[in-house]
Amino acid sequence: MLITCPCCGPRDVAEFTYQGDASRSRPDPASTDQAAWNAYVYDRVNTAGAHREYWQHSGGCRSHLVVLRSTLTHRIDSVRFARDEADGARRRSGSPA
Amino acid sequence: MVEQVSPLGSAWTPGRHGNLAGEAGVVLSETRPGSIVQAAAFPGSEKAVMAAIAAATGLALPDGAGGGVATDTKAVFGIAPGRFLVIDQVEGLADRLKPGIPVETGAVTDLSHGRTAIRIAGPQAEWVLSKLFAIDFALAAFPLGAGRATQHHDVLAAIQRTGPDRFDLYVFRSLARSFWTMLVHAGEEVGCEVR
Ligand SMILES: [Zn+2]
Repeated sequence: MLITCPCCGPRDVAEFTYQGDASRSRPDPASTDQAAWNAYVYDRVNTAGAHREYWQHSGGCRSHLVVLRSTLTHRIDSVRFARDEADGARRRSGSPA
Repeated sequence: MVEQVSPLGSAWTPGRHGNLAGEAGVVLSETRPGSIVQAAAFPGSEKAVMAAIAAATGLALPDGAGGGVATDTKAVFGIAPGRFLVIDQVEGLADRLKPGIPVETGAVTDLSHGRTAIRIAGPQAEWVLSKLFAIDFALAAFPLGAGRATQHHDVLAAIQRTGPDRFDLYVFRSLARSFWTMLVHAGEEVGCEVR
């Protein structure tokens, strides 16, 4: 499997470290909703198909990435810097950078 | 200047190794720079850091990921977004970079004692490096002066092409001896000369 790093270009998957499901959203840190935290920490939908996930190019530029990958075929539809995704999310929510 | 001690120790075995037919396919040597420094920019300060590198070294970085330039005594190349490896045969480069890169602009990290610089040159340099690293070493894909951050298993390496048939590799000093030994083994097939 090759992942095309936005900085480095196509690289072998051995250069990358998987960092988990990127489709989850963390509850408000002030929340004491036990069920919400339990779901955030433990519940996974085990997607068969397009999956949004975090990877780090740990053996290259060390950038954190958001990868859209099919868990059925390993086809990769997009790779973006996680920083840019986070900036976009901040802009959408109107909170300061 | 205090004499540098090579981390290669007894693994540095000058002379010809492996295939003895014809000219050596690769020549391995240490370049022993006095300074190996990482210059990193905060987002938005990339141009300021590139200008500071130019002011301190006279080297003008090209735009674009992995771009770089090298002379006989100095080199610079991109290793990550907004991060550059800067090399000078003369000691003290970190101190020369710091005035142009204040803390609000970026960070200067002196790696001179943490990295070892290994040069592989010769007509089979691309071939031998391709045994170890899963990147394309062809001139069209890896142009002159350009840099790449990659790894051989757990040995992270920053690699710059400093000639049509020549690459300079920067690896962790603590892993330099085993990495060097592996390079010699990889080069034996095509004839490896250690200088
Ligand atoms: Zn990368």
